Amino acid sequence: MSTIKLTVNGKAVSADVEDRTLLVHLLRENLNLTGTHVGCDTSQCGACVVHIDGRAVKSCTVLAGQAAGSNVTTIEGISKGDELHPMQAAFRDNHGLQCGYCTPGMIMSSIDIVNRHGGKLDEETVRQELEGNICRCTGYHNIVKAVLDAAGRMKVSQAAE
Amino acid sequence: MGVEGIGASVVRKEDRRFITGKGRYVDDIKIVGLTHAHFIRSPHAHAKVKSIDISAAKDMPGVVGVLTGQQIVDDKVGNLICGWAITSKDGTGMKMGAWPAMAPETVRFVGQAVAVVIAETKNQAKDAAEAVVVNYEELPAAADIRAAIKQGAPQLHPEAPGNVIYDWTIGEEAATEAAFKAAANVVSLDITNNRLVPNAMEPRAAIGEYNEAEEHFTLYTTSQNPHVARLVLSAFYNIAPEHKLRVVAPDVGGGFGSKIFIYPEEMVALWASKKVGRPVKWTGDRTEAFLTDAHGRDHLTNAELALDANNKITGLRVKTYANLGAYMSLFSSSVPTYLYATLLSGQYNIPNIFAEVISVYTNTTPVDAYRGAGRPEASFVVERLLETAARQLKVDPAELRRKNFITQFPHQTPVIMAYDVGDFGASLDSAMKAIDYAGFPARKAKAKSEGKLRGIGLSCYIEACGIAPSKAVGSLGAGVGLWESAEVRVNPVGTIEVLTGSHSHGQGHETTFCQLIAERLGVPISQVQIVHGDTDKVQFGMGTYGSRSAAVGLTAILKAMEKVEAKAKKIAAHALEASESDIVIENGEFKVTGTDKSIALPMVALAAYTAHNLPDGMEPGLKEGAFYDPTNFTFPAGAYICELEVDAATGKTSFVNFVAADDFGRLINPMIVEGQVHGGLAQGIGQALLEGAAYDSSGQLLTASFMDYAMPRADDLPSFKLNHTTTLCPGNPLGVKGCGEAGAIGASAAVINAITDAIGNNKIEMPATPDRVWHAIHG
Repeated sequence: MSTIKLTVNGKAVSADVEDRTLLVHLLRENLNLTGTHVGCDTSQCGACVVHIDGRAVKSCTVLAGQAAGSNVTTIEGISKGDELHPMQAAFRDNHGLQCGYCTPGMIMSSIDIVNRHGGKLDEETVRQELEGNICRCTGYHNIVKAVLDAAGRMKVSQAAE
Repeated sequence: MGVEGIGASVVRKEDRRFITGKGRYVDDIKIVGLTHAHFIRSPHAHAKVKSIDISAAKDMPGVVGVLTGQQIVDDKVGNLICGWAITSKDGTGMKMGAWPAMAPETVRFVGQAVAVVIAETKNQAKDAAEAVVVNYEELPAAADIRAAIKQGAPQLHPEAPGNVIYDWTIGEEAATEAAFKAAANVVSLDITNNRLVPNAMEPRAAIGEYNEAEEHFTLYTTSQNPHVARLVLSAFYNIAPEHKLRVVAPDVGGGFGSKIFIYPEEMVALWASKKVGRPVKWTGDRTEAFLTDAHGRDHLTNAELALDANNKITGLRVKTYANLGAYMSLFSSSVPTYLYATLLSGQYNIPNIFAEVISVYTNTTPVDAYRGAGRPEASFVVERLLETAARQLKVDPAELRRKNFITQFPHQTPVIMAYDVGDFGASLDSAMKAIDYAGFPARKAKAKSEGKLRGIGLSCYIEACGIAPSKAVGSLGAGVGLWESAEVRVNPVGTIEVLTGSHSHGQGHETTFCQLIAERLGVPISQVQIVHGDTDKVQFGMGTYGSRSAAVGLTAILKAMEKVEAKAKKIAAHALEASESDIVIENGEFKVTGTDKSIALPMVALAAYTAHNLPDGMEPGLKEGAFYDPTNFTFPAGAYICELEVDAATGKTSFVNFVAADDFGRLINPMIVEGQVHGGLAQGIGQALLEGAAYDSSGQLLTASFMDYAMPRADDLPSFKLNHTTTLCPGNPLGVKGCGEAGAIGASAAVINAITDAIGNNKIEMPATPDRVWHAIHG
């Protein structure tokens, strides 16, 4: 067992976990942040994507210990009170989700995609970038629309800040 | 239509919790005293269980119990059943082998559970499972249909000699034979419909909780139909009587059919919770999902089409072998029979049809309904035959279809179904226009000049949804009725709760069902709450599958609404001292027509509950229920056209365009309908190009993870162009048909027809991977 100290959604937290514990299980089991999901055992599906120090990472591929001292953001930490993150709003407005299970990982990956590509996103790039996130419901059509829509919204909101 | 009424693309009410990480799926639920289960599963496809040594495991840290298959048999927990009886052509019943929830003696597929470890933590359960020693005696396995039906094949179940479950026929054999004898042309195809793994993104999970003082069980489970689960667990599996068993299906992360069935893990979680005196949670991992979720499809078919000299179809003859896996799952028997062969007439006037379906056991994961369930297989047979016929006869595939379309309704096919309405020509016209079909030859020539092989493929599908009239399915062998129930409760303050037996696991019922209320009463959807997925809250229901929730579930809500409205009008008329027949409902108000007198819904509701001034003899309250049993199936239909290019050097396929023109009747929420089509198309295209469960000859599943099984990803798919044509369904008052399965039913034939057109070679099986396409081109 080890005591892991890290920052999650802006709050300093610590958890006592077995050394073999994955970050996703620390989030779900110790911190009750169940918005981050597990959809596979092989780091393929991306339902578990969170941000570690601002970068999208599959939290099923990181030991909790490796995240010690880092700054983790989960799906629960991206809206500002009642105000949704532009990516969340774009997923809702474009019907980019159905069962909702892959959605948190999709949103966290998509924010990272927009952050890295800025305003230079096109459909082909979004589709290639989403290769590590599997959705079984939407056929990706509306997810791609949502990401492109959010890219515009994020640009506007960044300009406003 | 109001801004939130029927026909409005309202954004979904349920989305807020999903996009903020506040969904509540089974694995998210924590209960005081919770323990964790890990199953010990067979590594062999066929073996005798000689012994199970739990002595080391039971004393490992955190272990609460180690339970085996023999114990579940000793406790008289019932075997899993198939609930649809199919009769063979010789009059004998289907041959169902025994399926205990954990195998005490014989395992028949890789992944079948033989024992379970229950421990304080999941890791402790996994560690202890490693210490359970199972001694197996391996037996020869039959890993596919051909291996199962050949002479001397390993026998799976003593009940099913030759591994044949049933040999069933439909249609007129002699008349069809005569049609083929008289035919000017006959087209024949051998078709493999590849085995698929549903792979809902949320793995199956279950929590069993037993309250000793009340002798009451609760099951939280990933189910599309919690009431059916309760019925089966109670009536057949002997877990608990229905009034002592609550089944809750909270947020469920996709189903696609695979979460209809009651699985061994749910039974074990309940049974074990009493056994160990603690709540027991099991959450499957992805490999367990691959090994134990019911798979889909897996047919071998020979199909022949007879045509006269004018290219009119005169007969269709089909022989299909269906692989049902090692055990008969809950509705498995109906999928390759009444959900498949009854759709073999497609959109066409075919006077003579005869089909024979032989379902067999193999040492593989059980096979049951997966999105479309039988109808994708039927549509693929018909649409591949039509396309092949057009090429063989050197006529335009669109024109051959048009020439044979059914144009008069109602239309009785030779295979049970009576199509009520449709306009197949309109869908085809719409799709052809959307893809510029006329301009295709020029595009193909241009692509050729650039060294690319371009192809176009059509698929005109029909399906039977709104499943289903209870009397009809009962006469065909179903063990349940397929009506739906609803209850509408108007609260004293005028807000509304709608209780439904349908279950939403992505379909958006929390929005679309509210839209009906908004349409009828003119209240905002924010005042309406949909309640589903809990047998303690909703009295009964048959759940969500077979594109039935709008046609059957929403109609049940409408029936309940009509009763609520009738009572509310009486109350309003009494309060306004007007005639009941003069009351109209507008924008949440009950108005006396032709006057300015009105009373708002909350005041009517309050009057119903205060009961101070109700019409003489009226009961207080404003709550009504209804059971709705449909009178017929519904028949969504449409035309899909795929245009693509094949790179001859690599065999890789690239989409140029994919258009869909669907007739779903009335659309409640076009945005949600289109989302359903997108998802269905992705699964149909996945089947055509990417997906296929592969077993080796010993019965090992070679594709048991997302690293081996090619799920469609964003960069595998195009954006889709969707169109709608509309004929209203006459079978229900809303005129709706259902949209959940269409894409998966129609898409795969369009893709394969396009590839075979591009490469000029009809010999390609699904999935048409680059490797297979390259070999089809180069031999």
